[in-house]
Amino acid sequence: MKTQVGVQAMMAKCPVCGGEVNVPDDALPGELVEHECGITLEVVVDGDLVGLKPLEGVREDWGE
Amino acid sequence: MGGVRLLLLYDILRWEEKSFIDTARKLGVDIIPLHVPTVFGKVGDKSLTGVGEVDVALQRSVSFYNSLESTILMESYGINVMNKSYTIMTCQDKLWTTSLLVRNGVPTPDTYVTFNHDTVYRIVGNGLRYPFVVKPIHGSWGKLLALVDDEEDLRTVVEHRSFMHNPMYSVYYVQELVRKPGRDIRVFTVGEEVPVAIYRYSDHWITNTARGGKAVPAQIDPELEDLALRAAKAVGGDFLGIDVFEHPEKGYVVDEVNAVTEFRNTVAVTGYDLTRKVLEHLISVARE
Repeated sequence: MKTQVGVQAMMAKCPVCGGEVNVPDDALPGELVEHECGITLEVVVDGDLVGLKPLEGVREDWGE
Repeated sequence: MGGVRLLLLYDILRWEEKSFIDTARKLGVDIIPLHVPTVFGKVGDKSLTGVGEVDVALQRSVSFYNSLESTILMESYGINVMNKSYTIMTCQDKLWTTSLLVRNGVPTPDTYVTFNHDTVYRIVGNGLRYPFVVKPIHGSWGKLLALVDDEEDLRTVVEHRSFMHNPMYSVYYVQELVRKPGRDIRVFTVGEEVPVAIYRYSDHWITNTARGGKAVPAQIDPELEDLALRAAKAVGGDFLGIDVFEHPEKGYVVDEVNAVTEFRNTVAVTGYDLTRKVLEHLISVARE
């Protein structure tokens, strides 16, 4: 689900539940957004389009 | 601290990456976040990447391959990346890390290696005794570690590994089980300093905070400080998270070294501003 950047650009739809998601207007690609439906979403940016996708997790990693 | 241009290489903006961005801006550092999964570029020519003039770079990609390869790409442009590709690669490979530590006189748990599913049985009785731990050569967060108490456990681990298609699992990195006092120590090095450390308490033999280990501020005594700095020097690292065990007979031993380390739990329990410490070090490196 991608939304044209503009006045309404930072209101996106959750690709899982379809609910509205507030994306911070200074969001960067890779930023994580917790949605009320329980899913963690990752901000994706393609040119002037901002979208959300479910966080897939990372298969190779560094930890604490 | 103004005037320094810092490139932040990342793939996911975790607490640590956001902290670097926020703190850098407060310090007046010009920080340029670069989302590695969307980068494309030509080796040796940075014009396609959109990376302008930068003084120094900080590698923060969660993905090992993203962190290693994007560091190599940035190094092809002559950019000084912390940590450098050599350190990222050596720390990712547990055998490489252990080899460098041992060669540099840093104590480690007794570690054995074999390269075949059948040969692993021959290590037992030739120095190695039950119980021991079988670890994957690559990986963190305590994933895919196996505690082997007896021959039946070993047979199970070998059988599972023999059906894994990744050839990495035919390499057996086997360590003595260190009888830890219910905790291990995560020590952080920044340049030639050891600013902060935590104990990671757990009733389980795996103590990573990612696996539920509880973080508590730790004291850094001179021996621990010296050990951490020697481990950092062995892998050539600038900002590292070093895992130390308190061995009942050998004292401090270094288990692993992390080259793109998380630290949010450390900051939460110690109150130490590790983000600022790392940024100040980066700025000093940029001005050298």
